[in-house]
Amino acid sequence: MNKYWKRFVDWVEGRALCGMDNLDNYGYKPPVEPPVREHHEKTFAERMKLWIDRNEAKFFDQIRRGVSVAFAALIIVMMLTTVAELPQFGNPNNPANNEVSRRYIEKGLEETGGVNIVGGMILDYRAFDTLGESHVLFIAACAVIILIRNDRKKKNKSEDDKLYEPRQDLVLRKVAALQIPFILLFGIYIVLNGHISPGGGFSGGTVMGAALILYYNAFGTENVGRFFTYRTFNRISICALAFYAFAKCYSFFTGANHLPTGIPLGTPGAILSSGLILPLNIAVGVIVTCTMFGFYSLFMREEI
Amino acid sequence: MSFVCNFPLFCIILTLFSGVICAVLKPHAAKVVSLGILLMNLVLNSCVLAFVLETGEPIIYMMGHYPAPWGNEIRVGVLEAVLAIAFSIVMLLSLLGGMKHIFEDAEDTKTNFYFLMVNLLFVSMLALIYTNDLFTGYVFVEINTIAACAIVMLRKKKETLVATARYLALSLLGSGMFLMGIIILYDLTGHLLMSNIYVSVQALAKSGAYAIPLEVVIALFCVGLATKSALFPFHSWLPDAHGSATSASSAILSGLVLKGYIILLIKVMYRVIGLSVFRYSKGANVLYVLGLCAMIVGSVHAMRERNIKKMIAYSSIAQIGYIYMGIGLATTAGIAAAIFQILAHAFTKPMLFCAAGGFMEVSGESKAFHRIKGAGRRNMMAGLAFAVGSMSMIGIPLFSGFVTKYLLAGAAIQASPVKMAMGLVVLAVSTMLNALYYIPALMVVFAKTDDPVVWFPDKKNRSFAFAMIVLIIFNFVLGCCSTPLMNLILKGLAMFA
Repeated sequence: MNKYWKRFVDWVEGRALCGMDNLDNYGYKPPVEPPVREHHEKTFAERMKLWIDRNEAKFFDQIRRGVSVAFAALIIVMMLTTVAELPQFGNPNNPANNEVSRRYIEKGLEETGGVNIVGGMILDYRAFDTLGESHVLFIAACAVIILIRNDRKKKNKSEDDKLYEPRQDLVLRKVAALQIPFILLFGIYIVLNGHISPGGGFSGGTVMGAALILYYNAFGTENVGRFFTYRTFNRISICALAFYAFAKCYSFFTGANHLPTGIPLGTPGAILSSGLILPLNIAVGVIVTCTMFGFYSLFMREEI
Repeated sequence: MSFVCNFPLFCIILTLFSGVICAVLKPHAAKVVSLGILLMNLVLNSCVLAFVLETGEPIIYMMGHYPAPWGNEIRVGVLEAVLAIAFSIVMLLSLLGGMKHIFEDAEDTKTNFYFLMVNLLFVSMLALIYTNDLFTGYVFVEINTIAACAIVMLRKKKETLVATARYLALSLLGSGMFLMGIIILYDLTGHLLMSNIYVSVQALAKSGAYAIPLEVVIALFCVGLATKSALFPFHSWLPDAHGSATSASSAILSGLVLKGYIILLIKVMYRVIGLSVFRYSKGANVLYVLGLCAMIVGSVHAMRERNIKKMIAYSSIAQIGYIYMGIGLATTAGIAAAIFQILAHAFTKPMLFCAAGGFMEVSGESKAFHRIKGAGRRNMMAGLAFAVGSMSMIGIPLFSGFVTKYLLAGAAIQASPVKMAMGLVVLAVSTMLNALYYIPALMVVFAKTDDPVVWFPDKKNRSFAFAMIVLIIFNFVLGCCSTPLMNLILKGLAMFA
């Protein structure tokens, strides 16, 4: 004990280095390897030690694997038991079929003006959750930008992998040129009809993002760069998010203070109806498109 | 309805918006915007606190045109307002304390993203504090997870990337468990709003129906949130993530991010499951034992560390153990002590991490103990802060850590004999262990070297000195006159359920 205390005091007082640096000053000798003799018959203890050295890691690895499997099996059994105990699926008397979902179904059309009840639920009844959800997308894109966006100026032109993109792929270009307008149109259709038919910003945005990715693959970076750069990405997403935040802030504020919004609900089924749902769908669609394309572009060439 | 009732909404929306526009601002503008928004949060939440204290009723704010079970709702009582104020102060001071390192550690073109992440992190914690809806809680847990990983990752070194990957994996596992818990609970009760679930769960517990799923739900919530807040067996991600990030990130992560999840857990216990059901389910006992284990294991690991930031990170695990000890008692006194510990730790840990950053600054950016020898003399301000923080963590009277230990011991005495014996013994042992690594660290930091004593090695870095002084003052205030705060917490807990 005394020896260690002396070492500690020496270290604090500045008379000695730290840690393993000068252990020999305190009578510590590093273990000396025994000289290797040729034709040496290993003793049992030596062979035992060698075996342990070789197999220790494997042995403990197997134990760990076994324990993990057993643990996972335990959790699986536990969760299956739970699921078996849950209310029967599809039973009309289930607790989930209560006044909450009843109002969504019965009054959804009248209160939100949207034929698509799901759209009404996520963008009107529970809009706060969706506000958070669209920020999740944006923040995920930003995290990827932090991780892999390459800001160093490329001095050497050959380092730029723009040069290695396939350029002459005529079949891809022709087919893409035929398809992209329709895919984009379909995406826009899904977004604009989000309040009338199944769909909405999230699904339509994904379709439009896919169209952009196809365009990027067929026509290369330079063509995409003509209309979609890092600046456009930033500005579009920020405008959409800001619009979303302030539109919803207005609606939360008026709702909580019991003021009228002054936004007409329109005739259900018409394109210009259901109040804020249509513009919000467009905002969400834009954010999703940008995020989809941004992810692809970042993973492809560390840039947008 | 008074205009003040709108302030929580304004806090959330403006912080979200300021976070988003940071993506296009220049780093310095982003810095100014973030600090301004935090100040605004501080002021608005103080107004809310005054208003709530005056009316004696929580603000229940409808998010939209539809009342609660159909629309979303936020609910701000005394406790929520106090926590929001404390969080904005700690966030502000952590940023100020580590500002210089943020600009050094991040790439120039990405510094503004740091402020983006910090703002969104703050808004997610604000929403976790305010929300009265489980699913809203989950959405903001997601934002919190991603932003927390991003602020670790911003300092691009090999170690931070590995730490982030590990953190992300375990944190997502925790989120997944929390989500599964919500799904099963929704299936059992048909509600997402906390107050409605509470009513259904009490009825279920009384009738004895669905006993197994209910037990599994409690287990999923506890394990999921414990993983995210680094309770003992799930803590393996914490030391690397907190030890390798830039000092402001470490301060924010250990001071606030861990606490956000614990507050969500307390909320789940009080408002979703109900204290009596929670106590009956034995989940509380498991948390109690794990908390006690964390107090010992964290300290033992910290004693073996030769890297100052990792030592402080391991000490966080021990301190999280104290919080879970209070929660595990499942009594009002225990939970009040846990909340006090949340605040005390939030005001102490950022100080220690920023001080460690100050030591690294004058020791060639090294965190190893033999390199920072005498750093407390080369940077006296950081040394002073580190000394105060260590005293508080050990639990010396006059500092905030002492009050926590006193309150926890008081709460443990009222519990059952077994819990009392275990709690008191482990508290004593853990206090001794804390002393065993903080005092050597202090001796190393203040060891005599040839260097002259310097109070402020970097005259331009005034924000660091400011942050440290304010945190020291807060530590004293919490340690010397804790009664008003304790009264607020008790009043808040009464309003909470």
